[in-house]
Amino acid sequence: MTVFLTIVVIALFGITLWQMSKILKLSQLKSVDDSQVANDKDNNMQGKLMLAFVVFIYLLTIYCFVSYRGFFLPESASEHGVDYDRLMLISMVLIMFVQIITQGLLHFFAYKYRGKKENKALFFADNDKLEFIWTIIPVIVLAGLIIYGLFTWTDIMNIDEEEGDPLVIELYAYQFDWRARYSGNDNVLGKANVRFIEGVNTLGLDVSDDYGKDDKVVNELHLPVNRKVIFKMRSQDVLHSAYMPFFRAQMNVVPGMITEFSYTPTLTSDDMRNSDAMVEKVETINKIRREKSKKLVAAGDEALEPYEFDYYLLCNKICGASHYNMQMKIIVESEEDYEEWLKTQPTFGEQMSAQASN
Amino acid sequence: MSAIAQANDHADDHAHDHEHHHKETFITKYIFSQDHKMISKQYLVTGLIMGIIGIAMSLLFRLQLAWPDHKFTIYEVLLGKFGTDGVMDPSIYLALVTIHGTIMVFFVLTAGLSGTFSNLLIPLQIGARDMASGFLNMVSYWLFFLSSVIMVMSLFVEAGPASAGWTIYPPLSALPQAIGGSGTGMTLWLVSMAIFIASSLLGSLNYVVTVINLRTKGMSMTRLPLTIWAFFVTAIIGIVSFPVLLSAALLLIMDRSFGTSFYLSDIYIQGEVLHNQGGSPVLFEHLFWFLGHPEVYIVLLPALGITSEIIATNARKPIFGYRAMVASILAIAFLSTIVWGHHMFVSGMNPFLGSVFTFTTLLIAIPSAVKAFNYITTLWKGNLQFNPAMLFSIGLVSTFITGGLTGIILGDSTLDINVHDTYFVVAHFHLVMGISALYGLFAGVYHWFPKMYGKMMNKNLGYVHFWVTAIGAYGVFFPMHFIGMAGLPRRYYTNSAFPYFDDLADTNVLITIFALITAAAQLVFLYNFIYSMFYGKKAEQNPWKSNTLEWTTPVEHIHGNWPGAIPEVHRWAYDYSKTRENGEYVIAGQDFVTQITPLQDGEEELNH
Repeated sequence: MTVFLTIVVIALFGITLWQMSKILKLSQLKSVDDSQVANDKDNNMQGKLMLAFVVFIYLLTIYCFVSYRGFFLPESASEHGVDYDRLMLISMVLIMFVQIITQGLLHFFAYKYRGKKENKALFFADNDKLEFIWTIIPVIVLAGLIIYGLFTWTDIMNIDEEEGDPLVIELYAYQFDWRARYSGNDNVLGKANVRFIEGVNTLGLDVSDDYGKDDKVVNELHLPVNRKVIFKMRSQDVLHSAYMPFFRAQMNVVPGMITEFSYTPTLTSDDMRNSDAMVEKVETINKIRREKSKKLVAAGDEALEPYEFDYYLLCNKICGASHYNMQMKIIVESEEDYEEWLKTQPTFGEQMSAQASN
Repeated sequence: MSAIAQANDHADDHAHDHEHHHKETFITKYIFSQDHKMISKQYLVTGLIMGIIGIAMSLLFRLQLAWPDHKFTIYEVLLGKFGTDGVMDPSIYLALVTIHGTIMVFFVLTAGLSGTFSNLLIPLQIGARDMASGFLNMVSYWLFFLSSVIMVMSLFVEAGPASAGWTIYPPLSALPQAIGGSGTGMTLWLVSMAIFIASSLLGSLNYVVTVINLRTKGMSMTRLPLTIWAFFVTAIIGIVSFPVLLSAALLLIMDRSFGTSFYLSDIYIQGEVLHNQGGSPVLFEHLFWFLGHPEVYIVLLPALGITSEIIATNARKPIFGYRAMVASILAIAFLSTIVWGHHMFVSGMNPFLGSVFTFTTLLIAIPSAVKAFNYITTLWKGNLQFNPAMLFSIGLVSTFITGGLTGIILGDSTLDINVHDTYFVVAHFHLVMGISALYGLFAGVYHWFPKMYGKMMNKNLGYVHFWVTAIGAYGVFFPMHFIGMAGLPRRYYTNSAFPYFDDLADTNVLITIFALITAAAQLVFLYNFIYSMFYGKKAEQNPWKSNTLEWTTPVEHIHGNWPGAIPEVHRWAYDYSKTRENGEYVIAGQDFVTQITPLQDGEEELNH
């Protein structure tokens, strides 16, 4: 495939050069009009190409929306994500509408009014009414979008720790991995600072802070479904960004400060895995992986493992050489399963005393 | 110093012969020239060379993205130890992305575009002998040249060039322990940019002074061609915002070399706690984007100015809504300085600020929409002459709309959450500022080549160049929105660490193929450019039948631009196809009236 594509590219380039030299020759031959200023023939040709070009844009748009529909993220797995998706849909429909109309007009006018010697352009320098119309329409539409957007934004970003019974989790980022710290039975995170990092205390918890004793540090994020989670984020070295696309959530992780994001997961990992869209998507991916594996095996390499969907969190702020592989698995499960899992994790206090007794 | 006085002198006393008292040697004419026309060509050629480097880099990392498992010998040839055995090193991938961004934004689209055409057109279109200070103008170019040389040099340092992204966010850019490129490479990057900023400021101050002081008789501000309005306002935004980048860079230099903590706090790296305490990377983000966002308009406004002029000339119609165009340039310029926070919605800054910046950001869509509609209306009922410059101008309007519309999504703080730093952003800004500004650059070169080199460029090669580029640019950046919507982060060396992205691989291949073809088409342009410079058809004085003043100067360049007195201006620049009441053109048989033509009998000057 690669070789084929390379050949295609080279061939196309060759054709370009060949056509170019031909055009050059032709342009030199007919020395009748060598002014290098567009004449009626050029205008006619280029005008028609303009029309063809807008057709190209439309076809490209349709092609992308149809054949890439599998790329869109599946339905949101968080509560606020539903609002996010609705706002996205409204904005998308709106901008596609404007795109189709304006590109159409632009290229159609280019075609329709392609120059001819005998034609006369209309001296039309301004018109206050028109200017007013196309100032006021964007104003109204954008005002609507701004208001809707801001309400949603405020809802998402206003993190109320008192409301409901939120679960407080610390997300800890470093080059190039993630850790999560659960706040334990007291639901309060112990104090921490990079200056305390030593041995198994990789997150720099303050051992003198009692709130920290029951904290649990893990490398896989488990979340109970339908319970609000508040993430407190901390980085030990450079900027990172905690991006959880399936939950429509993202926040930078900044050394020297604690950033926050909060959402309520609504679909368990199993729900998402078994949804129609995801089943179809995973099937496509596994087909691709099987094809790839065949080649790998033929070349004496190991085959790729079949893919099973899991939520993930990835780093989305350039953070160094292995930025591309800084990820953590997220598992959303029922409250019981979550409790079960949490019980099996050692507390920070246990870890420290284990270290001390060694 | 005396340039202003000199210019006025010349204006008053046209008996002066310029050839006499300026003995030109090779060095004063071609190298340390103080003539704005020569300086503009120097900017253009330097910008194009930097452009070749920048685009070549993008091809390298596009190859890596399309075929991450494949070994390309070209990596080893070009990247040396970073491409051993044809495998690209992840850190050099980041370096390529970083330097590509830096070069394209600053060296090609700021200096190459604005430097070239501000220098060429400001004196010529306002009717001045030269810039207010030819000397400062020369210094500005040579500082730009020096900064380009340093930037290119930084590619060869042992630990690699700067690799923290073109936004060089600390702490990554401050700590050599975090990534190799943050050592000497980053130091050179900062030095280069500091010099670049000095160059840009000298240039901008010169442009502003020239436009305000050296306009010829009759050239009121409301008679200025839109190009000059755009360059003028661009220079002002540059003066307002570049110094802030300089201070951001200085503080970063302090943090890196002198142990201060402006941006650094609580850092543990490679088994060691750094002493830095109390700084904040978010401060850097604020300072950086205070320039960074206006920078978008520093890049874009000159392109929009150039296309306004070219579209009017080639449509044989006045630009629609001259005053609205000027007003929207001013509005965009003002708003551009208060929207920087939309790059930082998820940076950890107060969400309330996010609301404010969403509001100002979406406001900027209004003057932008007005501009787009005005362009479209200018085409309506025109008599369009499809010279290559016109094609690129229409192409610009098209990509400006496509790229601008997705800005409505990114400017909305809510929607930004999930597309921030994905390929959706990459697609958006490449279309709206990258490709659009490049189209402006190309349009300008095709249109003013006769003025710069006294030769015509080959139009057929221009057509080939345009159509391949136009299709290629959409082919590269339109599908890119969709992989962004899939949640694919930018600046990933390979996407194979996430099986979820496996189905995007084919699209990445498609994008790379379009990129290769588009880049190949630029060779057509280069060939046309160099060939026409030497063997092109000799240009007439006014090949495009344009109204503006630069076409009243002789084809041969002379010092001082006009052989006799500086012409007086009697009308605005857009009297194309103006007719009398009986339907005849104002000047019989000629569909344009140059700015130096006095009002004809019975002609009314319309107040635009």
